[in-house]
Amino acid sequence: MKRLRIMMVCGFGLGSSLVLRMTVDEVLQKHNIKAETFSSDADTAVGQRYDLVITSGEMEKLFASIEEPVIVIDNFLSPDEVEEKALPVIQKMMAEE
Amino acid sequence: MLESYLTDEVIRLQAEVDDWESAVRMGGQLLLDAQKCYPEYIEAMVRTVREMGPYMVLAPGLALAHARPEDGAREVGLSLLTLKTPVEFGSKANDPVELVISFCAIDKDSHVDVLKALAGFLRKEENQQLLRDAETVDQILTAFEKQNE
Repeated sequence: MKRLRIMMVCGFGLGSSLVLRMTVDEVLQKHNIKAETFSSDADTAVGQRYDLVITSGEMEKLFASIEEPVIVIDNFLSPDEVEEKALPVIQKMMAEE
Repeated sequence: MLESYLTDEVIRLQAEVDDWESAVRMGGQLLLDAQKCYPEYIEAMVRTVREMGPYMVLAPGLALAHARPEDGAREVGLSLLTLKTPVEFGSKANDPVELVISFCAIDKDSHVDVLKALAGFLRKEENQQLLRDAETVDQILTAFEKQNE
């Protein structure tokens, strides 16, 4: 099975997106999902290779023209929110692979 | 791990600030005083919020303010500011802000471990509450020690 590439995005790819990535990793681990997660800065994000984007409401507009799913998370520290919003999308994508 | 970064000199409790900008400046000043960055780093932190929006408010009431390593960081550093009166950063989801954590990183990797420790600490709602309510730095340092156990 192909591993999904999940990209977390914030301004510089240094702070917020790392925190979000930790939360996403925790959720993936809990559900025994093997996926590749990485963070990116806003400037280079769109051109990266990814299957799915997880970011904040402020960054969402960067991805207005891409086909891949973009999931907005309000609370980057909340595994519950990631489970609620991102997990169903991830599971659906994995099932389609 | 947190206790080696968030020491007495970089924690300011119940600070009184007028707006998000003075909060970010105060957080940056703590980094500057601890010689973790140069003065221009503070300007870059403010500019970053202004230009890139309030995305740094990454959880309800919590801002993670920073700029880029090349904006004047000297070494990996963190500071913590709790605000007496919450301020608006303009975050639709997470305003108003009561906790401002500022950091400087020198590359993409060397701050990851401490950020991980910080996220692990903050993920527990009771720890965020403890920071908001803390009246002494010791209360916070004790909570960091507990986290290590």
